[in-house]
Amino acid sequence: MALKTEQFCLNIGPAHPSTHGVFRMKATLDGEVVVGLDPVFGYLHRGVEKLAEQRTYTGSIPLTDRLDYLSSMSNNLGYCLAVEKLSGIEVPERADYLRVIMAELQRIASHLIAAGALLNDCGAWMTAILYMLREREKILDLFEMTCGQRLTYNYMRPGGVAQDVPAEFMPTLQKFLASMPRYLKEYEQLLVENEIFLARTKGVGILPKDLAINSSASGPVLRASGVKWDIRKNDPYSIYDRFDFDIPTGQIGDCFDRFWVRILEIQQSLRILEQAVQQIPTEGEVASKVPALIRPPVGEVYTRIEAPKGELGFFLVSDNSIAPYRCHIHGPSLLNLTALREMTLGWKIADLIAIFGSIDICMAEVDR
Amino acid sequence: MTVALSSREVAANIKSKFPDMTLEVTDQAVIVQSKDLPAVADYLKNSPEMDLSYLTDITAVDYYHYFEVVYRLNSINKNTSLVLKCRCYNRENPEIPSLTSLWRGADFMEREIFDLMGIRFTGHYNLQRLVLWEGFNGYPLRKDYL
Repeated sequence: MALKTEQFCLNIGPAHPSTHGVFRMKATLDGEVVVGLDPVFGYLHRGVEKLAEQRTYTGSIPLTDRLDYLSSMSNNLGYCLAVEKLSGIEVPERADYLRVIMAELQRIASHLIAAGALLNDCGAWMTAILYMLREREKILDLFEMTCGQRLTYNYMRPGGVAQDVPAEFMPTLQKFLASMPRYLKEYEQLLVENEIFLARTKGVGILPKDLAINSSASGPVLRASGVKWDIRKNDPYSIYDRFDFDIPTGQIGDCFDRFWVRILEIQQSLRILEQAVQQIPTEGEVASKVPALIRPPVGEVYTRIEAPKGELGFFLVSDNSIAPYRCHIHGPSLLNLTALREMTLGWKIADLIAIFGSIDICMAEVDR
Repeated sequence: MTVALSSREVAANIKSKFPDMTLEVTDQAVIVQSKDLPAVADYLKNSPEMDLSYLTDITAVDYYHYFEVVYRLNSINKNTSLVLKCRCYNRENPEIPSLTSLWRGADFMEREIFDLMGIRFTGHYNLQRLVLWEGFNGYPLRKDYL
C-alpha cells in the first residue's frame, strides 16, 4: 500500500543554534528530505553602507570591524586599502608586514571557528570546538596586546596601523608558530580519523565547479569545488607577492572538502607568517603622514582582498568631500549562500544543518 | 595580477559584434543601454575570446539624475576583469533587465539593490526585498532618503 505523504514547511531560525546568528531558512520537507529552501535575511541589518556615507573616511573603520566580526582585521585591511588607493596614500614597509601578520593570524582564527562550528553542527557538541578555541585564544591574546581588543580591533588606518606592536609580541608569535603544527596534527587525528564525522560530511552537499563559479561563490567554498582562485595570488594586494605559498583546492566540493581546505589554508597561513616574521624590518615608521580629514579626489575605486570567508570588496565613490559619496561593501558570506538551495535539495534535514555549517558565514556580514 | 581589460578595446569588440548598438566608454568602464544589457552580458560571458564568466559584484549608485548599476566581471581562466555599467534615467520607475538567467549569483545582489535603491530588475524570478521587511516605505540608499 502506498503511503500518502504531504509536504511540510519547517521554519529553521532566526534564533536557532545552528544558524550562526540570526538567519532563517524556510525549508519545505517531504518526510525528512529537503525539497525546497527559501533563505530569509535581514535580522541583523544595520545599514552600514548608509552610515558610512555620513562619516569621515577614518570614522568608518569601526563600522568595518562589525561586518564579519570573526575577521575584523581583514575587514580593516580591505577598507584601508580602498581609501589608500582612492587618495594615493603610501604605507611604510613595517606597517605592510604588520598588516599581513594580523590578516593571516585572523584567517587562522576564523578558520578554526569555522571548523569547530561545523563539528558542533554535526553533533559533536562543544568537544571539538574547545580544541579550536584553545588555539584561537592565543591569537586573541596577541591581538589584545597589540590594540587592547579581542573582537573589534579597529587597528588599521589609511596609511598604516594605529600603533606599533609591543616588544613581547614577536616572541609570543614565534612561540605560537612553533606550537601550531603539533595542534594541527591533533585536529587531524581527532577529526579526519573520526568515522562519524566522515560519514556526515563525505559526499554530502556537493557544489559542482560550474555552479560554484556561476553562483559567484568565493573563498574556501569556491576552492573546495576545485577552482584555483585566491586573490592573494591571482590579484595580489599589499605585499602578498613577496611570499611563497600554495592555494589548496578540494576534489569534489562536498562538506568535507570545504572543511579540509580550511585546515590546509591554516598551514599555508603559517608559512606566510613565518616568512613575514623573518622579513619584517625591525624598526621604522608604522604609519605615514595622513591629514586628519581625508579628502580624496573625485573618482571611484574598488579593491578586493581575500578575507577568510572569500572575496571582500570595498567600492568607494568620492566627490572630494570628507565622507564617501557611496560606500558599497561586497561581502563573501551573502554570495556563498546563493547556492545553498541547490546544495541542500534532496538531502535530509540533518544534512542541511551540516551543509549550512560547512559554508561558514557570518550573519553580520550578510545583512550588513 | 588580474589584468583590467581595456574598456575601449572591449567596446570595439562589442561594436563589431552588434553594429547597431550605441555604447558609451570611459577609461574604466563600458556603459551600455539597459535594453542592450542582456545581449552584451551574454556575449561577454559566453564568447571564448572574452570568457568573463565569473560575476563578482553588482552594485548601484544614485547620481540624482540617473542611477548607475555597476557589474564586475572576471575571467578565472585568463585572469582578466572588466567593469560593465548600465544607467537608468527614469527616477520614478527605474527598470533594468535582470541577469539571473545568465548568473545564478546575480540573484541576491539584484534583490539587495531593489531593496535599498529601488531599481526593478525585470525578469528576476523572485524580486523581493532582501534585508528590509515587506511594506518598508522608501529606499534608504537613495540620496533623497533622509
